[in-house]
Amino acid sequence: MVHSQHGLHVLVCGGASDAHTWNLVCLQLLLEEAGHRVTNLGPCVPEELLAQECLTHRPDAVVIGSVNGHGYQDGLRAVRRLRREPSLAAVPVALGGKLGVDGVRDAAAADALRAAGCTAVFDDGDLAAFHTWVGGLAGHSAPTRTTADLGVRAGATADLGARTRATAGAPTGGSRA
Amino acid sequence: MSTGPSPATAPASPFGRFVADAAADGRLVVQPRMGFGDPARMRHGLERTRFAAATTVGTLTLDSYTRLGDHAAVRRALRAGLPLNGYPLVDLPAGRTRRLLDGLLGPDFPVQVRHGSARPAAIVKAMTRAGLDATEGGPVSYCLPYGRTPLRESVDQWARACELLTRLVPAPRLPHLETFGGCLLGQLCPPALLVAVSVLEALFFTQHGIRSVSLSYAQQTHPGQDEDALLALRRLAARFLPAGTDWHLVLYTYMGVFPRTGPGARRLLEDSARLAVRTGVERLVVKTAAEAHRIPSVAENIGALESAGTAAELAAARLRDGRTPRCVPPADSEVHAEARALVEAVLDLSPDVGLALRTAFAHGLLDVPYCLHPDNAGRARSVVDASGRLRWSSVGAMPLTADGPPGGHEVMTSAGLLTALNSVALRYDR
Ligand code: B12
Repeated sequence: MVHSQHGLHVLVCGGASDAHTWNLVCLQLLLEEAGHRVTNLGPCVPEELLAQECLTHRPDAVVIGSVNGHGYQDGLRAVRRLRREPSLAAVPVALGGKLGVDGVRDAAAADALRAAGCTAVFDDGDLAAFHTWVGGLAGHSAPTRTTADLGVRAGATADLGARTRATAGAPTGGSRA
Repeated sequence: MSTGPSPATAPASPFGRFVADAAADGRLVVQPRMGFGDPARMRHGLERTRFAAATTVGTLTLDSYTRLGDHAAVRRALRAGLPLNGYPLVDLPAGRTRRLLDGLLGPDFPVQVRHGSARPAAIVKAMTRAGLDATEGGPVSYCLPYGRTPLRESVDQWARACELLTRLVPAPRLPHLETFGGCLLGQLCPPALLVAVSVLEALFFTQHGIRSVSLSYAQQTHPGQDEDALLALRRLAARFLPAGTDWHLVLYTYMGVFPRTGPGARRLLEDSARLAVRTGVERLVVKTAAEAHRIPSVAENIGALESAGTAAELAAARLRDGRTPRCVPPADSEVHAEARALVEAVLDLSPDVGLALRTAFAHGLLDVPYCLHPDNAGRARSVVDASGRLRWSSVGAMPLTADGPPGGHEVMTSAGLLTALNSVALRYDR
């Protein structure tokens, strides 16, 4: 476990309609192990509540997880709402998980998310890429962690990104808008 | 097959009656978790379910916006043609759902609404308007794992939903209600707590006028421990449910991270069907080979129903001719003793089961491991031991003893947690 001197305060939450929490628990542990401080708002966070919590906590980054298939829709609502607050215009916002219902990454929907102000879209759920992205935010190069370090064994990631709908050239994790 | 009180003595809902008749005939009822946003596809799915080569009941699984009562989001998605993760029962006209069910729904093909809402009144109204009378959930199991609604409110809402069901389902039909308490967060919950919450939710339903119920249990990490759990569930249901209640048990195929490969997924599904038959469970809700990846297609659902049905039929034949022994309840299993201790501790708190449940969670007498809900104490922790059984590494204030192997808290690293969550999938994908 490497503790950084540049620990960030990261706000973690689920999409407005998403009840899944195991991904949020994992994200929290992962961030804490990298030396960051986490406020975990839990599942089903409506965009209004998210905005209020961001205004209260002033996090260094916002991480939204969604696996229930409504991620593209819920993510867009959340990002649009956050970017309406002048003081939240620059906070980095990442969205990741299983964002659609058909196991296919939707490049157009990911582009729409980035155009709306989403800083990074991990629609392949890639935790290693996410780890690197957060490290970049903290202003230091994060120790590289492979998916194996993260306990995700072979096969666990085999499905992720296996099928991509017309994503030619569309970067996923780590792309900045 | 041992069942709840015989159909002759207990009044049955159409759903309960169908399951009791199949059980009397030695057939396991299999059911999908199927739900689509598009009514035409939903209809096609129900048709294929009805005519699948297995003893089936149908399912309408509702989308997440409907579950949360976010009707603006449902309507926006419907207007824009955006994909939903289930059937938007409340925002479609009742006539549309009745047309969808026309010629399919009946005594020989009951259809159940599956949702996941802590505020189910609108869903109950919409389903009964469409002629449906069977659903599932519970004040705890559709609250703690499903969002942010306070437990107190969920308990009140579920009491109201039970009363609405008894009022809005026209006589002589009775409503049927299944507990989701045997699943909770889907994984890493030691069986005793699942069994206890399932029994307590069934009691809650009967206390609010429901006379036909089913009690759920989700397959966990170890077949022997699962057998003990299902036998304990039957024993406790027989002991605690009021006389004159029609009831049966329903097993859910594994509800945690699912195997990613086709063969792995199918083996896990078939193991759940055999587990159901060995333990005399009357109904199985299946998972498909697409589970780890995306919402399954109609064909994938039918494939799962038929594999499970075939595995169950073969297992039943082996039981009948004595090639495999039927599970007999042990004098007392650990799961039974723990589940009974939990149920009794909760019932001691108040004769009103809803109030007892709320008090129990407030005091941590019930505590769901890894649950983020603010009304859950969050002190209990579980581990998978070397034999594959789920154990308590910490019991918080529950009247149980921690039995986890030392070093069990190692699970609380991201890598440890991911390893535990993936353990069943890895075993079957190998
Ligand atoms: C457990 C589970 C549940 C539990 C959840 C309990 C809880 N409170 O968490 C219960 C039973 C309650 C449940 C309910 C539902 N579920 Co569910 N559930 C699962 C299941 C079996 C495992 C999920 C899990 O715990 N994984 C472990 C965690 C650690 O991993 P993960 O969530 O997959 O996330 C990984 C990556 O996606 C990524 N990731 C996730 N978020 C983020 C965020 C960022 C920023 C990054 C970088 C990465 C990232 O990292 C994680 C680790 O690798 C999956 C199927 C499967 N995988 O086998 C279905 C699944 C996710 N559920 C699904 C659905 C649809 C639902 C329901 C809507 C019911 C329905 N219609 O079928 C409801 C949810 C209601 C709602 N309001 O949202 C679908 C989603 C379909 C899709 N996206 O295509 C799945 C895939 C099942 C399926 N095939 O239909 N579910």
